[in-house]
Amino acid sequence: MSNPETLYDKIWRRHEVAKSDDGSALIYIDRHLVHEVTSPQAFEKLELDGRKVRRPDAALAVPDHNVPTTDRSQKIADPLSKKQIDLLRDNVKRWNIELYDMLDSRQGIVHVIGPEQGFTQPGLTLVCGDSHTSTHGAFGALAFGIGTSEVEHVLVTQTLTLKKSRNMRVTVNGILPKGVTAKDMALAIIGKIGTAGATGHVIEFTGDAVRSLSMEGRMTLCNMSIEAGGRAGLIAPDETTFAYLKGRPFTPKAGQWEQALSVWKTLYSDDDAVFDKDVTLDASEIEPQVTWGTSPEQVAPIGAVIPDPTIFEDAGKQEAASRALAYMGLQPGMPLESIAVDHVFIGSCTNSRIEDLREAASVLRGKKIASGIKQALVVPGSGLVKHQAEAEGLDKVFLDAGFEWREPGCSMCLGMNPDKVPPGARCASTSNRNFVGRQGPGSRTHLLSPAMAAAAAITGHLTDIRTIARLEEGAA
Amino acid sequence: MEPFQRVTSIPTPFLRDNVDTDVIIPAEWLKTVSRSGLAKGAFSSIRTLENGDPDPESVFNQPAYKDSQILVAGDNFGCGSSREHAAWALADLGYRCVIAPDFADIFASNAFKNGILTISLDADIVAELAAEGEAGRALVVDLDAQTVTRADGQCHPFTLDPFRRRCLLEGLDEVGLTLQNHGPAIAAFEERQKLEMPWLYRG
Ligand code: SF4
Repeated sequence: MSNPETLYDKIWRRHEVAKSDDGSALIYIDRHLVHEVTSPQAFEKLELDGRKVRRPDAALAVPDHNVPTTDRSQKIADPLSKKQIDLLRDNVKRWNIELYDMLDSRQGIVHVIGPEQGFTQPGLTLVCGDSHTSTHGAFGALAFGIGTSEVEHVLVTQTLTLKKSRNMRVTVNGILPKGVTAKDMALAIIGKIGTAGATGHVIEFTGDAVRSLSMEGRMTLCNMSIEAGGRAGLIAPDETTFAYLKGRPFTPKAGQWEQALSVWKTLYSDDDAVFDKDVTLDASEIEPQVTWGTSPEQVAPIGAVIPDPTIFEDAGKQEAASRALAYMGLQPGMPLESIAVDHVFIGSCTNSRIEDLREAASVLRGKKIASGIKQALVVPGSGLVKHQAEAEGLDKVFLDAGFEWREPGCSMCLGMNPDKVPPGARCASTSNRNFVGRQGPGSRTHLLSPAMAAAAAITGHLTDIRTIARLEEGAA
Repeated sequence: MEPFQRVTSIPTPFLRDNVDTDVIIPAEWLKTVSRSGLAKGAFSSIRTLENGDPDPESVFNQPAYKDSQILVAGDNFGCGSSREHAAWALADLGYRCVIAPDFADIFASNAFKNGILTISLDADIVAELAAEGEAGRALVVDLDAQTVTRADGQCHPFTLDPFRRRCLLEGLDEVGLTLQNHGPAIAAFEERQKLEMPWLYRG
C-alpha cells in the first residue's frame, strides 16, 4: 500500500515537475487568472527579457479591481485606472489571452468568473495575482495568490518553485442553525484560530456542515481561508461540485466528462492521512458573526458586547484591540447591536454570487432601508450573476428597498475605484477585510453575511438576523 | 538581471525599526503600470514636508547619499503588505543592497527577485555601519567573499542562502533558471497531461 495522502498531498504530487534537495519543487500550474492590477509589470518584464507567454490557453483575463460600477459606456474618470485597464487589453491582445472586457456579460470579479465559467476545476493548480484566489479551493483545486514576479514566472514557464505547506484540517460537524451562513462559519473559524491560525498550512474543510454547503457557500468559506493565514483552502469535490460544473463553458464536454469524473473522484484525503493540525467546530453552536475591529479575528457573535481589550491574554492582542477600538470609534461594553451604520455594501468575491443576493433579497423584500443609511450598494459578482438576479426580479427588491443596483466589480471591497466609504463612516460589509483604510482612508468596516447586511440596512444598526426572521414568523 | 559582485558606496543611514512597505512606497503608487519611476514615491511620507516640499533634513534628500547604493536599515525592514513595488522603488532609487538586523520574509524574497541583496547582521554592527555612512565613508559589499568591509579595513562576514547567492552573482533570474534547468521536464509534463486531461488544452 502506498502512503496515505491528504487531498493537498495528492494534488501537489500530481503537479511536481521536478524536486530539489531543499524540499521545494517545481509545480506545474494548470490555470492562471489575470487582472489589471498585478499583471502590467509582469508583461513588461517578460517583454524586456525577450520571452513569451507559454500557454495563452491556460490563462483568462478580466478587469475587476479598478472598474467603475456605474454606467459602463462612460470613460473611466481616473487616469491611472484607465491606464491599467487599457494596458491589460493591449497585453492580452499581444499574447492572445482570452479577455472578458468591461462590456462583456461574462466580466466580473476574477474569483467569481473562474468558477462560473468552469475554468476552475477539481484537482487543478490555479493561481492569480490576488490573495483571495483561495476561493477556488471550494472545487478541490489547489488555488493560491501570487506576486507579480510569480505572475511573470507562470506566464513564461507555466510553473512555480514552491515549498510545500503543512496540512491542516478544519472539521465542522452538525447543522448550521437558521439565519447562520457560510460567512458566519468562516468568521467563527477565524475567531477561533486567529488570523495566524493556519499560517504555513493548507486548510482542508470537512465535516457534514461543510459537505451540505452549496458551491456558493463553499466558495465563501475558502475565500476567507487566507484571512486565517492559510496558504490555500480546499474542499474535496463531490456530487454538489460535479453538478455545479456540468455544462459550463470550460468544463469537459460529453465524451470527456466521464474521463474527468474518473480523475475527480480520486480527489479526497485518504482515511488515515495525517494532518499536522486539526480543529473541530460544532455548527449548531455558530451564531451570526460580526467583526468589531480592524482584523477579521476581532469578531464576535451579534449578541455580544464589544470586548474589553484587557480580556486578551496576549499583550500584543490587547494593544491591537485598543488600537482597533480607537480607530473604529467604539467602547468596550457596547452591545454590537447598538452600533449604527452609515453604509451597507453587499458584494465582493466573498459574497456577490446569486445565492448571496437571494439571501439578502429575501430579508429586504417589501422593506425599506433605514433613513440613517447614506448609501446601500449591491454589486453583483459578474455580469451573469447580475442577469440571473434580474431574471429573478431581485434587482427590483433591492431598488425598492432603497439600494443601488450596480455593475459587477470589486467595488467597495477596497478603496481603489470610485466606490469608497468616506473617512469616519461605518459600513456593514459582506467583504473579507476590515483592515484600517481598506474601504477608503479612515473607513470603518464591519464584516458580516449578506443576510446580516440586509438586516442592518433595514434597522440602521447591526442587527441579529434571527430577530428579524422571528418577527416575520410572528407577523405571518 | 545585472550580476551582483561587488558594490562600493557610501551607505545611507536609516536606522528606523519596523519600516513597513507602506513607508517604502505608499499605496497610491500601487496603480503604476511599470517597475521604473517609483523613486519619486519612495519614502515620500518621510521625505516631504507638510507643504509638499522636500524635507532637507531627510536622509533621502541629502546630496551625500544621492548616489548611494547601500541602505543601512533598522530591524524588521519591509514588514507589512507584500507589495513588490517596495523592491522596485528601492531599485529605482539606485539601491542594490540593504543591510539590517532582520527583514520581513516576503520583502527579502521580493528584493532578491529584483536583484537586491539583503544582508542581516547583528544590530551593533548595523549601527556601526550606519555611522560610517554618517561620516561619509564608503563600504564595500563583496558578495563573492560574503563580506562587508569598512574604509578602515574592518571586515564583517555575512551568510546567505547559496541558491540566492549564485543567482545574484550570475545575474540569473528565476524565470531564466527554470527555463534553463527544467525546460524539457515541463514539456514532458504537458505531453502527459494532454493525454490524461485533454480538455485543459485549447487550441
Ligand atoms: S472583491 Fe475584494 S478581495 Fe475580492 S478580488 Fe476584489 S478586491 Fe480582492
